[in-house]
Amino acid sequence: MPSLWIGLQIIRRRDWLIRFSCVLTAAAMLVCAVVAPSAFAQEKNPYAGDAKAAKLGEFQFRANCAFCHGLGARGGGRGPDLTRAQKRHGSSDSELFRTINDGVPGTAMPPNGATQQGVGMTEEEIWQVISYIRSVQVKAPAQPMGDASHGKQLFYGSAACSTCHMIQGKGGRLGPDLSTTGSARSTDYIVESMRNPSRRLAQGISEAMKEFSQEYETITVVTGDGQKFMGVVLNEDHFTVQMMDTRENLHLFEKDKLRSLEKSRESLMPAYDPKSLSDKDLQDIVAYLLLVGAQ
Amino acid sequence: MKNASMPHESKSRLLATLGMAVLSSLPIAIAALSFLAPPSSAQVTAQRLLDAGKEPQNWLMYSGDYAGRRYSTLEQINSENAASLAPKWAYQTMGGGKFETTPLVVDGILYGTGQDDRVFALDARSGRPIWQYQRALPGDIRPCCGRVNRGLAILGDKVFLGTLDAHVMALDAKTGNVAWDVTAVDYRGGYSITLAPLVIKNLVIIGVSGGEYGIRGFIDAYDAATGERKWRFYTVPGPGEPGHETWEGDSWEIGGAPAWITGTYDPVTNTTYWTTGNPSPSNRGEGRAGDNLYSNSLLALEPETGKLKWYFQFSKHDEHDYDATQVPVLVEQGNKHLILQANRNGFFYVIDRVNGKLINANAYAKVTWSDSKDASGTPIARKDASPTPEGNRVCPGAAGATNWMSPTYDPQTKLFYVTAREQCDIFSTAPQPYEAGHAYYGSAYFPNDDAAPFTGALRAIEPSTGKIKWEWKHPSPTWSGVLSTAGGLVFSGDAEGNFIALDAASGKALWHFQCGASVYASPMTFAVDGKQYVAVAAGSALFTFALP
Repeated sequence: MPSLWIGLQIIRRRDWLIRFSCVLTAAAMLVCAVVAPSAFAQEKNPYAGDAKAAKLGEFQFRANCAFCHGLGARGGGRGPDLTRAQKRHGSSDSELFRTINDGVPGTAMPPNGATQQGVGMTEEEIWQVISYIRSVQVKAPAQPMGDASHGKQLFYGSAACSTCHMIQGKGGRLGPDLSTTGSARSTDYIVESMRNPSRRLAQGISEAMKEFSQEYETITVVTGDGQKFMGVVLNEDHFTVQMMDTRENLHLFEKDKLRSLEKSRESLMPAYDPKSLSDKDLQDIVAYLLLVGAQ
Repeated sequence: MKNASMPHESKSRLLATLGMAVLSSLPIAIAALSFLAPPSSAQVTAQRLLDAGKEPQNWLMYSGDYAGRRYSTLEQINSENAASLAPKWAYQTMGGGKFETTPLVVDGILYGTGQDDRVFALDARSGRPIWQYQRALPGDIRPCCGRVNRGLAILGDKVFLGTLDAHVMALDAKTGNVAWDVTAVDYRGGYSITLAPLVIKNLVIIGVSGGEYGIRGFIDAYDAATGERKWRFYTVPGPGEPGHETWEGDSWEIGGAPAWITGTYDPVTNTTYWTTGNPSPSNRGEGRAGDNLYSNSLLALEPETGKLKWYFQFSKHDEHDYDATQVPVLVEQGNKHLILQANRNGFFYVIDRVNGKLINANAYAKVTWSDSKDASGTPIARKDASPTPEGNRVCPGAAGATNWMSPTYDPQTKLFYVTAREQCDIFSTAPQPYEAGHAYYGSAYFPNDDAAPFTGALRAIEPSTGKIKWEWKHPSPTWSGVLSTAGGLVFSGDAEGNFIALDAASGKALWHFQCGASVYASPMTFAVDGKQYVAVAAGSALFTFALP
């Protein structure tokens, strides 16, 4: 019960009617208490398989979701590819509804209607969006595209990915943790990130009220006493910078006390061209990321 | 939902006790009551609003004065001592989402609005609440772009509020009790109100938002005493009205042109200036061929009647959501009476406010939608800037080169300061059907993934030339407005949470404070007991700063 009541207090006003009707029905109250925080666990999309609803959902998607998830839901710079059957925060209708309506705490995914760009959706419109997402969903290929176990060997071995990237607690800290990348990003995105990591820098910290996330920019500073550090920007404002150097040390600077500060959008990650990493080996690493992401 | 229910209950208990006392000892009670002063007269007269500049300790309307300059003659905090500014108090609304208020201050009391139509009155010295109000909003409102409110207007003993469910309300300034509450329009058609009203004489003037839903926009005037509606000016003309011919077929019925931001007023010519937003649907021009008057326009209205004196349209037949809803600032330059507006479309316009003629228009941010001007000097759109089904990259982006956040004009430096956003977006279009009350963009827009991160800047524009005298770079685009003061200072915030004081002449930062969350508001200043404060909303808190 406490979780339900705390949930009710923090639920956005928009959801009152839905949640309230849940509370007011004695039988449903038990269900709510058991499944909190999602009040929709028992629910199916009333428009499942409805092509007209999917089309209406596409308009909603374009207005509310495309800014981050891209046209066609294939993933933009900010939001994951949603054409994958496996969704990071739950793949069922009710889980998708919850993700859209409540947002995902700790990520850039806001609650319905809270964004700068979107206008907010009714319950009906959210279901239409879910119909649209189902209509563009791509079934996973029957044959795995690569050899995940070989990919894991490469990741922790000769490809040296783990020097900077962590998966499930094992690896380096300088680059983004890749434990969930397989479920959040399209294969194309992952391949591009290896072949041409500077084209789109990875997203770092997202602050609750800030429109745009920090990116993994490369930074070189020289301190007042002449020490030089190179690494990635963890966060930055006009006056300060928070960085991690290539030895995984954190440095927190006031910019006006530095002798110099240079930033670059040339990623610290080396570009893996086909000579240093064959297409097959690359597919094996992708297969490993997909396997881990699905866990 | 009234947060002030507790004080009310205690008050009624007190009255009940008094009542019993009256019954038991009537003569004594009458004697006691005779010591009470008669009700005090109205606090804020229409004359005080006209003379707002004579009482700089107070902030009597959204932009500080009728000219919309967001400039204060207070100079206790100045470029010599700004470095020692320190926080004095903070007030937490505990609401979620963006907190966009510019508070009013009248004789030591601060009146502000918060998320979900909260209203509060605080002791301006301590931040302690005197009363709090929160509207019980219907569960099915869907206001575009956040459950926000930008502020109040005041006249007499009432403060005035527009609500997210498209009501206009008057609250008692001393108690927060509802004095009147009228429905401007049925919110279920996609209407909402997020802007602060403007009081002129005995009228409360306000417009509606909802350009994302296929509304038909309007500006209203209500009797401040009773809430009776005195006039309505439809920003999309109906059949038989001038400008109706600028709409294809029945497209005028859902033509948009909302009002997002408070207007200004010139008492000399008795003209109030209001601005309008995009035609609907915002990013698809097909089906609404024509200039689409009076979308994206500046309107000169007679306050008593709502009669249109003249108009100026910034972006004709707009397909990029270039709302013209930025404060139209009234400035005197020699014997010229001007309106300055830094428009969302990226141009800085100088307009003769007597006749509405354009004097000049210069880009103050990156612009690709226009590369030519017509005979009058008005920038006109490139044919190939229209959104396409696949997407077309255009600058400024969907959020504009600036937006609703206020600029400021400093008569000492003679500079106009505005928050500029350098963001280009890919605009795509889709033939979306209209459904009443539902979002109606006909489009999507999304950032160009390949591009370097978007940035922003606070820019100081010289109005006579359009030249940028200096800029303060923001690491990312911000939604903070700007305040200038006679202390030689300009105040603004950023998306990273800093509130910053800059030298108005040079743009050098003199002081900053980390508020802990992005600033989505325009700052203001006031004084109580001879002490000057600067206030700004950030996160869910209203912060005030003063010298130690």
